Amino acid sequence: MEFQTVVFYLFGAIAVAAALGVILVRNPVHAALCLVLVFFSSAAIWLLLEAEFLAITLVLVYVGAVMVLFLFVVMMLDINVDRLREGFWSNLPLGLLVAALLVVEMLLVLTGDFFRQASSPPSLPVDASNTESIGRVLYTVYAYPFELAAMILLVAMVAAVSLTLRKRKDVRYLDPAEQVKVKAADRLRVISMPAEKE
Amino acid sequence: MEFERPDFSLAAAEIFVAVMTLVVMVAGTFLRRISRELGYALAQLTVIGAAFITVFSVDDPTVRYTFGTMYVSDWLGQVLKLFIYLSVFASLLYGRLYLIERRLEKAEYYVLMLLSMLGAMILVSANNLLVLYLGLEMMTLALYALVAFDRDNGLRSEAAIKYFVLGAISSGLLLYGMSMIYGATGSLDLGVVGQAVSLGAGDELVFKFGLAFLVAGIAFKFGVVPFHMWVADVYHGAPTPVTLLISSAPKLAAFALALRLLVGGFFGLAETWQPMLMLLAVASIVLGNLAAIAQSNIKRMLAYSGISHMGFVLLGLLAGVTDGGHQQVFNAYSSALFYAVSYALMSLASFGMVLLLARTGFEAEHIDDFKGLNRRSPWFAAMMMLVMFSMAGIPFFLGFFAKFAVLEAVVSAGHTWLAVLAVIMSVIGAYYYLRVVKVMYFDEPTDRTALIASSETRVLLSANALTLAVAGLMPQGLMAVCGYAILTSF
Repeated sequence: MEFQTVVFYLFGAIAVAAALGVILVRNPVHAALCLVLVFFSSAAIWLLLEAEFLAITLVLVYVGAVMVLFLFVVMMLDINVDRLREGFWSNLPLGLLVAALLVVEMLLVLTGDFFRQASSPPSLPVDASNTESIGRVLYTVYAYPFELAAMILLVAMVAAVSLTLRKRKDVRYLDPAEQVKVKAADRLRVISMPAEKE
Repeated sequence: MEFERPDFSLAAAEIFVAVMTLVVMVAGTFLRRISRELGYALAQLTVIGAAFITVFSVDDPTVRYTFGTMYVSDWLGQVLKLFIYLSVFASLLYGRLYLIERRLEKAEYYVLMLLSMLGAMILVSANNLLVLYLGLEMMTLALYALVAFDRDNGLRSEAAIKYFVLGAISSGLLLYGMSMIYGATGSLDLGVVGQAVSLGAGDELVFKFGLAFLVAGIAFKFGVVPFHMWVADVYHGAPTPVTLLISSAPKLAAFALALRLLVGGFFGLAETWQPMLMLLAVASIVLGNLAAIAQSNIKRMLAYSGISHMGFVLLGLLAGVTDGGHQQVFNAYSSALFYAVSYALMSLASFGMVLLLARTGFEAEHIDDFKGLNRRSPWFAAMMMLVMFSMAGIPFFLGFFAKFAVLEAVVSAGHTWLAVLAVIMSVIGAYYYLRVVKVMYFDEPTDRTALIASSETRVLLSANALTLAVAGLMPQGLMAVCGYAILTSF
């Protein structure tokens, strides 16, 4: 076996094992961490396919952003594992049916000749960089849709802020600027009163 | 791929609106103290400025492309854009008092309004599946947020959630169809797709499969039966100025989407999509008119009437598939464009009237709220009567000529039964429009509060309603513009 094939099977096996871990481990936080491992192994497989841009993006976006957010959600929600597993046996037949259908569909697609390529694409020269090629196209030919996507992100930000930001008036909070500016006269009233004798 | 420096001047209106949106946002944040009117004034200025740019760039009727071939500048786009500006302008003007009374008048409202307009503009002049989709998303995402803008009101949030979920599903359908087409042709460019379809290059099954999803996505955006479930709830639940916008600008954009995808891209498969549109159109005209009768809420009634009107637009589009020669095809598409534009004008005026009657704590959204309007304001009762007559298609109003042009095209394409059915359903539909007129003139008013409106609103609303009557007497001008737009763009 070639070295590349060995590496592929290694990462493939890790990905499959981690994917099983996602659904089998009891603790939701561990399941989320297993999913991170799946993403890392898939990124490694992408690197083997000379798609380094996709590999970097997968790690940055999914591991760096999506999964961290997901972990926060998992940690903040108090998930009761036993209640999640309650209906396991009653839902099993339906689940098996769906799984069987999925397997059949995948077999049909993968064994049919829809996805079969006449010849495998030639491997790229050593100094080729698809990050650079994507960047070149993205900022030239696809500059217009790229800018539109940026405007859509702006829509999302404006919408999210305008729908969720509230200035609550019933919260007592301290304004440090006001605190610093305070003078003795604001707090302490010196009054003159005649001395009293007992 | 070769890269050419794009000609930015063709997209000047879009660039102007994008920049001004950012200006409104920054001004709304930092210059709030200077004037509370600032956001409104800047937004209206943007709309007017964009209209000027568009008007001054239409002197050249040739079809021109920029950003590769992603952006197309043609008369069809310019005409639709002008009516989109008009819708946004009217929504801002008619809705101003409504927003102030409900404390919704914030800079973000105007930012979202302009972004939605920008999305519609981009969609209208897109010549690429990717750009079509991005324009559509920009428009609808901003609209979802606008529907939910009055966030403490349960009705608004419910409408926004329904709109968002169904809108997301429809975008998914559209994207799925687009990915099929991309897979079959290897290109996102509508011109290339159109050539591949008409030459039969590529798997026909994949084309038809993708086409079915595209038609479903378009039908969702038009809100035609059976993809109409969201329409009544969203129209009812949204703040009325937003309903006014949703009932006009996105319909014009959906019209451009349908025309560019089906006629521009898929004319080679017209025999496949024509029966689909026929089914949608018949179901919409029948169900829209029948369901509108049962409504007591005028916003819901106008929603169902809008569904039937969109059915008429589809009739115009499907009548273009004919072997009757170039002139007939041209007549059919220009009648569909004429109908879409006329519907936008009527819709603006009708929701404008609902806004005119609304006041603090009172929405005026029931038909009973129009009771005895003649006693309260004879002038605006007459204006509402014009709008209702025009929507019902009573002769010598704009709506009549729009229906007439579409039916003429349908008959000359050889679908007489469709035209007969549409006429019968329009007669049934006249009932609920005339009921509003009856309520205004023959019922006793339940409240006698004077109408509160700024003088600009009164003038523009009257002009809007009178246009329906005047353009009904002289429809040639608008019809010629629509005809010229179709002639030069295809």
